[in-house]
Amino acid sequence: MSDNNEKQLLISVDNLSKHFDDLHALNGVSIDIYKGDVIFVVGPSGSGKSTFLRCLNRLEEPTGGTILFEGIDITDKKTDINKHRQKMGMVFQQFNLFPHMTVLKNLTLGPIKLQGKSKAEAEEEAMKLLERVGLADRAKAYPNQLSGGQKQRIAIVRALCMKPDVMLFDEPTSALDPEMVGEVLEVMRELAKENMTMVVVTHEIAFAKEIANRVIFMADGFIEEEGPAAEFFDNPKSERLKQFLAKVL
Amino acid sequence: MAFFDGFYLNFIKDNRWKYIVNGLGVTLRVTLFAVLIGIAIGFVVAIIRSTYEKTGKLIILNFLANIYLTVIRGTPVVVQLLIIYFVIFGSVRIDKVFVAIVAFGINSGAYVAEIIRSGIMSIDPGQMEAGRSLGFNYIQTMWHIIIPQAFKNVLPALGNEFIVLLKETSVAGYIALEDLTKGADIIRSQTYSPFIPLLSVAAIYLGIVMLLSFLLKKLERRLRSSER
Repeated sequence: MSDNNEKQLLISVDNLSKHFDDLHALNGVSIDIYKGDVIFVVGPSGSGKSTFLRCLNRLEEPTGGTILFEGIDITDKKTDINKHRQKMGMVFQQFNLFPHMTVLKNLTLGPIKLQGKSKAEAEEEAMKLLERVGLADRAKAYPNQLSGGQKQRIAIVRALCMKPDVMLFDEPTSALDPEMVGEVLEVMRELAKENMTMVVVTHEIAFAKEIANRVIFMADGFIEEEGPAAEFFDNPKSERLKQFLAKVL
Repeated sequence: MAFFDGFYLNFIKDNRWKYIVNGLGVTLRVTLFAVLIGIAIGFVVAIIRSTYEKTGKLIILNFLANIYLTVIRGTPVVVQLLIIYFVIFGSVRIDKVFVAIVAFGINSGAYVAEIIRSGIMSIDPGQMEAGRSLGFNYIQTMWHIIIPQAFKNVLPALGNEFIVLLKETSVAGYIALEDLTKGADIIRSQTYSPFIPLLSVAAIYLGIVMLLSFLLKKLERRLRSSER
């Protein structure tokens, strides 16, 4: 996928740490993320994988280390993080759609208020994306009228409407009924095919095997092992990863 | 016939109905503008307090807001009204309607602030995160995402506060402001018949409150449409 001759560096994380009082959730994580990468982050609960993801767009304020996003140090307090977040779409476990707005308003709020698009333009783009995830007929619905799978697909579209350069997924299928997981994974599969850069925290190991080009295994706030998907699953090196895979596969 | 005689004596003779009509006008004006001031103060104080609770920022403003809430909610509105009229504006000639608006507005703001704050705190933190992750700053997220939802949740409590405020303005007579209640009391003092003027005024308050309750219910139902 991104093993082409030229790889373009998108995010460069260096020695990232995050401490919550006594709890050290991240202990020096370093990784380079390239354009088109589909990186899956797996690991036992409490390993710091969600914290890592949330630090990438500073929803969680890192305690130490730096994150270069498109060449700019976004951990610098002087950086206008709001501007850069527009380029980092985020999808949450609990969807977090805005319940007081219709689907269409959920999708167009950002483009209209933050990117200065006209209502017509923003709605046209939103409708195109809605069509692609098969939910064009739900544009006028309110979030509470949707199923979990539909909500998450809308949440993905909401992030895409901002035309991000990277998509961050924080356990996107963990809150879904099993029969709805497939429709969300399908949308993510399509995104990966279109070369969207993605960082996905998940428990869907089989799915990671299918679409990831790189997989990270985290434990105790460290990156314990990292590698191309095939090698990662078929030939794990670290003892902890072997134990983990034995439990989840 | 006694009723018609009483009606004539209390309302028709010497154009006494004017006390009621003018008084009603004063009461409505004071209530309306006090509500607006109350909402304005309430919003600002609620945002300061909830921002402090969520992020630990705005320590000094939060401290001042706490003093305001403690003092206003800890003292009777009549005393506040008297202090504002006789102490704060004691040395200047000033419109009593204005004084009443300021006093009731400041008083109401404290209660509105706590109502709105509870509404803001009741919104799932995920909503703030979703707004911030799209690139909205804190204030924009509050404005577009948190406050509309909080407002909807607290609308019944807010409506109740305004109904209380309307009735509370009846103590404005303490600074000799001729509001609805004072108007009825003036008629009573002239005719020595308390029954008709006081019951009429009670009926007028009741009518306004019932109308407000009805309008609030309608508004609530409209805002609920997203929960169908």
